[in-house]
Amino acid sequence: MTSASGSASGGRTRSGGTQIRSRTGEVLSPKKIKGGRAGSIVIAIGMAFILVYCLLPFYWMAVSSLRLPSEGRSTELIPNPISLENYVAVFDPDNHFARALANSLVVAGGTTVLVLLLGTFGAYALARLDFAGKVLVMFMIVATSMFPVITLVVPLLKLFSGGFEWWPFNWINSYQAMLLPTMSFALPLAVWNLNAFFRQLPVELEQAAMVDGTTRFGAFWRIILPLAAPGVFTTAIITFIAAWNEFLIALTMVNQPAMQTANVAISKFTGSSQFDTPYGTKMAAGVIVTVPLIILVLVFQRRIIGGLAAGSVK
Amino acid sequence: MADPHSRRVTGGQGRMAYLLLLPTLVLLALVVGFPLVLSAWQSLTQSGGDIDPETGIIKQGDTFVGLDNYVEAFTGSGAGAGFWNAFWNTTLFTVVGVSIETVLGVSMALIMARAMRSTGIVRASILVPWAIPTVVSALMWQLIFDANGIFNRVIHYQVLWTTEGWQAKAAVLIADIWKTAPYIGLLTLAGLQTIDDQVYEAAKMDGADRWDTFWRITLPLVRPVLVVAVLFRLLDAMRMFDLPYVLLGRLESGQTLSMLASDAAGKTNYGLASAYSMILFAYICLVAFVFIRVLGADVIGEQNKPARRGGRRRGDGNDGADDGSGGSRRTARRLRTTAEGSMA
Repeated sequence: MTSASGSASGGRTRSGGTQIRSRTGEVLSPKKIKGGRAGSIVIAIGMAFILVYCLLPFYWMAVSSLRLPSEGRSTELIPNPISLENYVAVFDPDNHFARALANSLVVAGGTTVLVLLLGTFGAYALARLDFAGKVLVMFMIVATSMFPVITLVVPLLKLFSGGFEWWPFNWINSYQAMLLPTMSFALPLAVWNLNAFFRQLPVELEQAAMVDGTTRFGAFWRIILPLAAPGVFTTAIITFIAAWNEFLIALTMVNQPAMQTANVAISKFTGSSQFDTPYGTKMAAGVIVTVPLIILVLVFQRRIIGGLAAGSVK
Repeated sequence: MADPHSRRVTGGQGRMAYLLLLPTLVLLALVVGFPLVLSAWQSLTQSGGDIDPETGIIKQGDTFVGLDNYVEAFTGSGAGAGFWNAFWNTTLFTVVGVSIETVLGVSMALIMARAMRSTGIVRASILVPWAIPTVVSALMWQLIFDANGIFNRVIHYQVLWTTEGWQAKAAVLIADIWKTAPYIGLLTLAGLQTIDDQVYEAAKMDGADRWDTFWRITLPLVRPVLVVAVLFRLLDAMRMFDLPYVLLGRLESGQTLSMLASDAAGKTNYGLASAYSMILFAYICLVAFVFIRVLGADVIGEQNKPARRGGRRRGDGNDGADDGSGGSRRTARRLRTTAEGSMA
């Protein structure tokens, strides 16, 4: 019944289990140390496993991007020679990759800014104010964040491509055609995270301000918002990453290479050599798209974990 | 409890709350509510569909066809063929994927919760799979699963991973589990850290071994967090699109309901595409309902319930006297800040 990790240390604990019943401190403490020593080895192996599990595939991508383009499928653990040719190939004008990165930045950045501007007020109301229908509103916001994007994308594709007579605009290949649907999941995500952050600030702060004659909105604007700035910032990062990683909407709403986001561009790479899958170029592009996110994650690691956890731990 | 004074205060708050929520709600109505209604309507129609031979423009106008699209999806052999394949793929990826992810994620959380040293590095590394765009991870796994790739070299056996068959499904599952198990681990870890050490010490005193402690104490106490994390993962897995689309292209073995709907929409068969996506939507609602009702997933947070019963009034200029209902809320907040504090 015992799991692989439990058997090494668990066996020991159980063998001494009868001794515990004497309920004396002396019997307990040496056992604790024993179990701890075997346990710490298991834990160290476990930690090493987690590290390898999380990083090894990414290492493979990074290594493969540094090979010669002709060595795309090589399985050598370290590239020989190390080459940056793949990175040059990524920015081949045919790929429109620089433009694609800019497009991604506009869509993900624009979404983040809009969502924070609109969502902060709502998140504060949900965190601090009491009103009829609050539970319903909260439920709706969680529900929309779990909404299948495809259900929006199908009718919006028809709408934006002029499939309805009452809609005079053709929005295919436009930023707004990507921005608006992306907000459908980014806004609930942001509101939910901000709500969790606002809740953590002591209520007494606003009370003190309001006793001093400030209105509730004034208290929110001048006291709570500046104090919640770290939370707003964390929410911005989480929202940005979610929007940056979006694929289905960007793939559907755009058919011009110049308007593609980075994710879509990468998925369509044909590379400079037509006869082989350009793995090297794809991996290099993948590294370019991912490294900014990984830097964000490393620098703001604690905040992001706190934010993700705050959204789920009640 | 229900004195008129507090009701007046609440009334004023209500107006302000609705005003503050207005932008959020209007936007959600525009980008979620409106397309949903449009989709429901479209699923009952058939587009003109034909391309005008003179201009090359798709003819306008929809005809109402009732439930024909749904019938076509469930029983069809023409345009609707492939529904059941996509349905079972979606179900397989969701059930098998999320089950393995949960076991792996909880194991990771248990390990991290007990580790004394180097948690910083591991915590940072666990965010890497989460941060990598799914499209990029799909390309990464495509290279790893190449016929002459590193995976086959390690297992000393040549599997053609990205060809039709069980191996393509396995490839999707492996890539998906890799990306999401650490996320479940992270959320579970946050839940684990809210458990008081004294509970474990008491269990030890009573002679519980580790196995008992895990099943009788750790799991029940972390269950609320875990159930919500698993629910969110389930709903996310059910709408899977990016991973099989990039990893396998148009292979039938990897086609999900989202891909099927996207495919139909790409062929301007909007009626059928809407029907597929509405079926997926209903499927997702069903799973969410079962989770919330049967397993008691608390998606909006327990702390909102006492707040509604009047505990929230404490923050509205009452003198801050603690009553019974505020107590549970304070505990909830303390637990939250504990989780937050230990990580931030």
